[in-house]
Amino acid sequence: MTESALRPRKANGAKPSHRGEWVLHLALTVTAVLMVAPFAWQLVTAFKTTGEASQSPPTLWPAEPTGDAFATFFDSVPVWSQFTVSASALALRVLGQLAVAALAGYAFARLRFPGRTLLFGLFIAMLMVPSQLFLIGQFELIRDLELLDTIPALAIPGMFSAFGIFLMRQAFMSIPTAYEEAARLDGAGPLRTFWSVMLPMVKPTLGALAVLTSLYSWNDLLWPLIVSPRGDNRPLTVGLAGLQGQYGTDYPTLMAGALVASLPLIVIFLVLQRQFFNGIASSGLKG
Amino acid sequence: MTARTAPPPARRRRAGGLGPSPWWGYAMIAPAFIGLAALYLWPFLKTFAKSFMDTPAFGPGTWTGLDNYTDLLGDGDFWQAFGNSGIYTAILLLGVPIATVLAALIQQISRGRAVYRVLYFLPVVTLPVAISMVWRFIYNGDFGLLNWVLSLFGVQGQYWVADDAYAIYAIGVVGIWMSLGVNLIILGAGLQSIPPELYEASSMDGAGRVRQFFKITLPLLSPSVFLVTVLTVISALQMFDLVFVMLRSVDNTALDGSKTIVYLFYEKAFVQFDQGYGAAIAVVLLLVIMLATVLQFRLQRRWVFYD
Repeated sequence: MTESALRPRKANGAKPSHRGEWVLHLALTVTAVLMVAPFAWQLVTAFKTTGEASQSPPTLWPAEPTGDAFATFFDSVPVWSQFTVSASALALRVLGQLAVAALAGYAFARLRFPGRTLLFGLFIAMLMVPSQLFLIGQFELIRDLELLDTIPALAIPGMFSAFGIFLMRQAFMSIPTAYEEAARLDGAGPLRTFWSVMLPMVKPTLGALAVLTSLYSWNDLLWPLIVSPRGDNRPLTVGLAGLQGQYGTDYPTLMAGALVASLPLIVIFLVLQRQFFNGIASSGLKG
Repeated sequence: MTARTAPPPARRRRAGGLGPSPWWGYAMIAPAFIGLAALYLWPFLKTFAKSFMDTPAFGPGTWTGLDNYTDLLGDGDFWQAFGNSGIYTAILLLGVPIATVLAALIQQISRGRAVYRVLYFLPVVTLPVAISMVWRFIYNGDFGLLNWVLSLFGVQGQYWVADDAYAIYAIGVVGIWMSLGVNLIILGAGLQSIPPELYEASSMDGAGRVRQFFKITLPLLSPSVFLVTVLTVISALQMFDLVFVMLRSVDNTALDGSKTIVYLFYEKAFVQFDQGYGAAIAVVLLLVIMLATVLQFRLQRRWVFYD
């Protein structure tokens, strides 16, 4: 979507804008340095000793680079099990979200049934309410289902989102009805039409929804804090937040931990940039 | 009479022609409906009800009418949290013009766009908890990077996140840094829809970049700027993670004077288990967000340009 619009602009706009372009690059580069500096500082600190990290004035490069901080982090936090919890909750939430949103989005876009407009309006109204208003009731439901401290508890509320349904509905609405008519003439039922004709055509939107959901799931802190009171099955965010209480001034360990916990999603982002950008652009929704 | 009875069969036939029985529709929205009803609609009504109740940690609550709300109005902590969220939101709004200018700059360059977009987006895909830890270290009063850089310019450093006088501003700066990437993408999508011919025509008329920015980009981009502004206010009023990580000391309480509304809500409802009071805070937050959003839609007529 953005790409097709990008190309002609590039060709048209290139000629007049070359002159003096270095000024723009200068401004953008200075900003980029400010954007990246905290990451660079984190990286440098992670390879320092605790003593060196607490020196004033700080050293810009570790005197004797060491991986001790990473060792301390892996020794004191059950990184692998928390990583597994984060990853499982993410997978469950993304799959659930895609299934629920695609089915409902298709029904709202294409099927006719009494009460459709009213129900859709009800769903959309939920978008306006800040998420904190749901937390108490969601917590009680999870508790009553005896799901506290489990992985499904982390994933379940995030599977259902009015936003996902809205996004999928828009995607299905943009597809010409001729495809469905052809499928029906071939004798395909509604479920089959949905699965083998319509779903493949909204793959880009499914991708965008999947990466956005992954982002929210991996980064979420408040909900995991609430539903893992005992501490079994805590995701990396909660483990990392707890690390600070334990190693309040051991900055290399904190930086190493922050780096390890963030890395998976950063890597995914670097691979799937376009999906991230499309997701954000089509949603305009922030975490 | 005949006119009134005629349409239904026709409609039914049309519906039959377009698709199968309505039960398919109900079946396909059933998972979404059950989930949203159980996890959103019902909790919403419950929270609303609880805000009018006194809720002990265990056992059923009792109706107390508006008591929670009158308590809130007399609660200094609440007003302080409210003020802090307001300051934080105001600071984040400063990020909107910054993002607008940067988006326009990126649009103007002929190569390297993708690199800038990726670099500016990195904070968006990094764990907020991790970001908070890194910034907490940078803000450290004794050996933090910021104070060292400031000292090079002869500026006296501060205990940025250990002092209520500075903490919410320090967090606001991080908030701008964190949200820039998202704002750039939304504004970038808006910039794509401005016809390039406009720029070419005005270049031939001798308009410079700055003039083009104010005369073409800004008016035509204003709907996107409006969207970003509305979203910024909504999300800034709900800020939680940064306070939770950056301002907590080892004894697990945030700086008292720098809590935000949602932090206070979390503390009341899930640490002190005073759900009724927490619910009242959440309902007030909903009202504030609604009011802020309605107000912005009212004001948009003054500055948003739709063609």
